[in-house]
Amino acid sequence: MSNNLALKKGLNVPVKGEAAPVVIKTVSPDVVAVKPTDFTGLVPRLLVKEGDAVQAGSPLMSDKMHPEILFTSPVSGTVQEIVRGAKRKLLAVLVKADAKQEYVDFGKEAPKSAEATKELLLKTGLWGALIQRPYGVMASLDAAPKAIFISAFSTAPLAADVDYVLEGALEDFQAGISALAKVAPVHVSLHKGESAFTKVKDAQLHVVSGPHPAGNVGVQISHLSPIKKGEIVWTMNPVLVAAFGHVINTGKLDLTRKVAVTGPAAGKIGYVVCMPGTPVKEITSVDADVRVVGGDVLSGENLGADGYLGFFQNQLTLLKEGTEREWFGWAKPFRPKVHSSSWCYFSWLTPKKEYEMNTNLHGGPRAFVETKCFEDVTPMDIFPIYLIKACLAGDIEKMEKFGIYEVLPEDLALCEYVDPSKNEIQAYIQKGIDLMIKEMA
Amino acid sequence: MADEKKPGLFEKGGKLYWLHSSIDAFDTFLRVPGTVTAKGAHVRDGIDLKRVMIMVVIALVPAALFGMYNVGLQTSTLYGLDWGFWHMFWYGLLRMLPLFVVSYVVGLGIEFASAQIRGEEVNEGYLVTGFLIPLIVPVDVPLWMLALAVAFSVIFVKEVFGGTGMNIWNPALVARAFLFFSYPSSMSGSSVWVSKTWAGLDGVDAVSAATPLAIAHDSGIEGLSSQYSFMDMFYGFIPGSTGETSVVAILIGAFILVWTGVASWKIMVSSLAGGLLIGWLGQLAGATELPCYYQLVMGGFLFGTVFMATDPVTAAQTETGKWIYGFLVGALAVVVRLWNPGYMEGMMLAILFMNTMAPLIDHCVVTVHTNRRAKLTA
Repeated sequence: MSNNLALKKGLNVPVKGEAAPVVIKTVSPDVVAVKPTDFTGLVPRLLVKEGDAVQAGSPLMSDKMHPEILFTSPVSGTVQEIVRGAKRKLLAVLVKADAKQEYVDFGKEAPKSAEATKELLLKTGLWGALIQRPYGVMASLDAAPKAIFISAFSTAPLAADVDYVLEGALEDFQAGISALAKVAPVHVSLHKGESAFTKVKDAQLHVVSGPHPAGNVGVQISHLSPIKKGEIVWTMNPVLVAAFGHVINTGKLDLTRKVAVTGPAAGKIGYVVCMPGTPVKEITSVDADVRVVGGDVLSGENLGADGYLGFFQNQLTLLKEGTEREWFGWAKPFRPKVHSSSWCYFSWLTPKKEYEMNTNLHGGPRAFVETKCFEDVTPMDIFPIYLIKACLAGDIEKMEKFGIYEVLPEDLALCEYVDPSKNEIQAYIQKGIDLMIKEMA
Repeated sequence: MADEKKPGLFEKGGKLYWLHSSIDAFDTFLRVPGTVTAKGAHVRDGIDLKRVMIMVVIALVPAALFGMYNVGLQTSTLYGLDWGFWHMFWYGLLRMLPLFVVSYVVGLGIEFASAQIRGEEVNEGYLVTGFLIPLIVPVDVPLWMLALAVAFSVIFVKEVFGGTGMNIWNPALVARAFLFFSYPSSMSGSSVWVSKTWAGLDGVDAVSAATPLAIAHDSGIEGLSSQYSFMDMFYGFIPGSTGETSVVAILIGAFILVWTGVASWKIMVSSLAGGLLIGWLGQLAGATELPCYYQLVMGGFLFGTVFMATDPVTAAQTETGKWIYGFLVGALAVVVRLWNPGYMEGMMLAILFMNTMAPLIDHCVVTVHTNRRAKLTA
């Protein structure tokens, strides 16, 4: 059975540098980082020390509160370094890879029950791939989700094409879905048009169309099955579903994935086969004054040239730092190099044009003035400005009323993009969510 | 040029730190700031408030230019001076210039000072307010009164609330209301609308030139049509505040505002609808002989609808709220015009009243919405 969902509101941000579906290189990293910071809500407890030998799939750390939740090494090798930050906060475990990879054998058996599925997720270190809504935190062990949502496409700027990324991994994807379906009903959203996922079984399929953020799983949930107070929904990245299915089909944990290297400042654009934790420098060359974003430009993470690809990321976007100051920028009638969704500029004349965007803010921070633009890019049944202000005010009751359960910062990322007052809207929403977690716990 | 000033002197701890907001304002006026995104979205839209505000100013230019010409035209016609086109325009320009200068110097001065006190960047909101105020007052208003009104409105209506984006009432309208109630003899009556200062008319008594609204109020439609035709009012060859007279010029501005999306067409359309409806009811009820569409071209109705009621800060913010808000602005303005003995024009007070009510409208709209949602998700 499939449902159709056509969304009208939104905006496709026209950044230059989309990756064509070609693998340009395969990287077997020398060192791989496992970062506890990738998982929201995790308080890590280290299980290894420097010099320990590990296999691909061996646990490196666990959750302090729930020691069953393990985080495993994606490669076999030796623990090279434990990286700590301020107050000895654990930032990363670096594993030096062996030339020959050895894998922990998780057994090639499809889980027959919800318990078996959960156990396999915990053992393989893929429990962390489950994101729990509301709040977008790591799934809790005792939660009973009403559904698991998977968005099998992305509309984010320059996002990797999920169809291409999972080409040839459809059996793994199916195995993952079938196992997850034991835990809760699975919903998979597909984009309109040709998609290999139309044959997926054990899940309810939904066809979703529309501009970004139609591909955001949060937006889909809010239309398909809104989260009521007290309800819990899990979501999972399709690439990680396939990795989970791969464990079921082969018994081995292999997180290798196709990563889209994109963006106007990327030297070579295309897909790179590598695994999470691979150093950015091994994936692509980074010039000075270039920002490496893990993920898309709207809600990705600033990895830094010396960073490592995150657990959830299958895209790198390279952008020039926009420190250059344009004379009379705001006053010029035409600014062909700057995109604006507002008709105060003339970008509407060239709807197909892609822009060499940089990280310039294009203005100074101001109070909210023009707010209709937020509604135009938010295809959800909420009043964005009211939710944002409730978050700013830290008013729990109003946040609840205005829909804090349904959103993550990424769902309102476009508001931040279009805001003429240059507010940090995603940070405001995150602040609201953090407060909710603290107060509702 | 702004480069040499930047390091040290104006930074925190520098000798002239107290000037940093002002320097920053001039600097970013000339060049886009080099700030890069720190959190959240790594790329941003090219739009900023400077651009939004300058769009409104551009939309006001046709009304301002026509208004300048009309200032000269009215003086020339009423005093029988027989000026040519450029003479009229030049006279109007010279008469308007001091108003603009006073409005901007006083207003921006206070804006800069308060930005400095708050340690924030200077807001662009006054670019529009400062342009609006000279267009909605009689051209011969004494400059000291104007300065006082501007200072009052910027300090007590805007800055005490926290500056642009935080104010409840439209600052330009409050400046006008301040003048209207404090100095009625310079703001209303039939002798204030035609400029005679600097026209070489020192010894001449002021000629009475009532606005069409006043004529219609006193002597009905016959009195009105004996002096001004509908097309006179449509094109704007009538006495009145500088910016408000020409429907054509205002419609050009409205087109720019709606096209760029800076102002809400919903507010404009619903305000017109409200005005027409009450105008029509008033005609049926015998409160006026004027056809309802006359209400739209007379006085400040259209100017208020297009440029004042649509201020995104003081108007309703929800889309449904905008329909209600706009409708009530138009309706109330005409109610005041038709059913009260004192004031001929109701637009200013209608908008200020609805500014006050806008948060309530939004509250109702949002509550209805969240209640519906609560039922859905309960």
